[in-house]
Amino acid sequence: MAQSTQEILAGLAEIVNEETGLDPASVELDKSFTDDLDIDSLSMMTIVVNAEDKFGVSIPDDEVKNLKTVRDAVDFIASAQG
Amino acid sequence: MGLLTGKTLLVTGVLMDSSIAFHVARLAQDEGATVILTSFGRTMKITTAIAKRLPQTPPVVELDVSNQEHLDTLAGRLGEHTDRLDGVLHSIGFAPQGAFTFLEGSWADVSTAVHVSAYSLKALAVAALPLMGAGGSIVGLTFDARYAWPVYDWMGVAKAAFEATNRYCARDLGPKGVRCNLVAAGPIRTTAAKSIPGFETFERVWGDRAPLGWDVHDAEPAARACVALLSDWFPATTGEIVHVDGGVHAMGQ
Repeated sequence: MAQSTQEILAGLAEIVNEETGLDPASVELDKSFTDDLDIDSLSMMTIVVNAEDKFGVSIPDDEVKNLKTVRDAVDFIASAQG
Repeated sequence: MGLLTGKTLLVTGVLMDSSIAFHVARLAQDEGATVILTSFGRTMKITTAIAKRLPQTPPVVELDVSNQEHLDTLAGRLGEHTDRLDGVLHSIGFAPQGAFTFLEGSWADVSTAVHVSAYSLKALAVAALPLMGAGGSIVGLTFDARYAWPVYDWMGVAKAAFEATNRYCARDLGPKGVRCNLVAAGPIRTTAAKSIPGFETFERVWGDRAPLGWDVHDAEPAARACVALLSDWFPATTGEIVHVDGGVHAMGQ
């Protein structure tokens, strides 16, 4: 079932917190995963796998490189949930 | 009854669900095997999450094949899950980025590639051997190392060493009844493959040259060959390399 942007953001922030220890409140829509949140490629893979399980979507490997900001990820998940 | 009913397998190299090893583990479970995965360091979390996507969620045991302590304690730590191993899948390879430029490759980079990608077959075999008996099977994954390929460079040299290591493992494990064979798969778009700069140059030509055609997104043909070699259906085959490449290895230019 499709979730709201805020629900997806909260769920994603929880996943980022589990992987990196970052405060969930710091995971804001306009933050860049690499430049602002300092998330490397291995952590990003972990986050993607956990997001697929949590949100019931598939995020193809080729798509991951396009997910530069938190908003990109939230929008992709929302659209994949249809 | 499945091809692997009653067998217990150790499967290395499951990172994502695109990994060849993931498909080997999946097919092996479908064929009746009990599977134990390995992973290490920060990839443990990814492997543990991906393991839940298999038909049955297997345990994940830590193993860095370049860590002697991990190797020395492997059999003991596996004892928590099994009292024997019937098969081992070696799906491990790594080369630093510098190893993918042949003339500039440093020994530091090359030695890492050879250690992790070639020597590790012997190291893993010795570590698993206390749990293996007659009828055991070790299977590894290579990329045909008889040729100089674009971009593969020192990884190709490491694979040549890996293929030689397979033959020596076959020689020394044969008297114990343990077989050692490799599957030479065509290019498959896994996480490992994508980390090789310019890997897509392989992909473009493969489909055109393969008489059977080739799908870089389909790991199942290579995984099926691994499962067959892990089964009892190749009882007198060791030191072999089975090509699962659509037939490219047999073609001229």
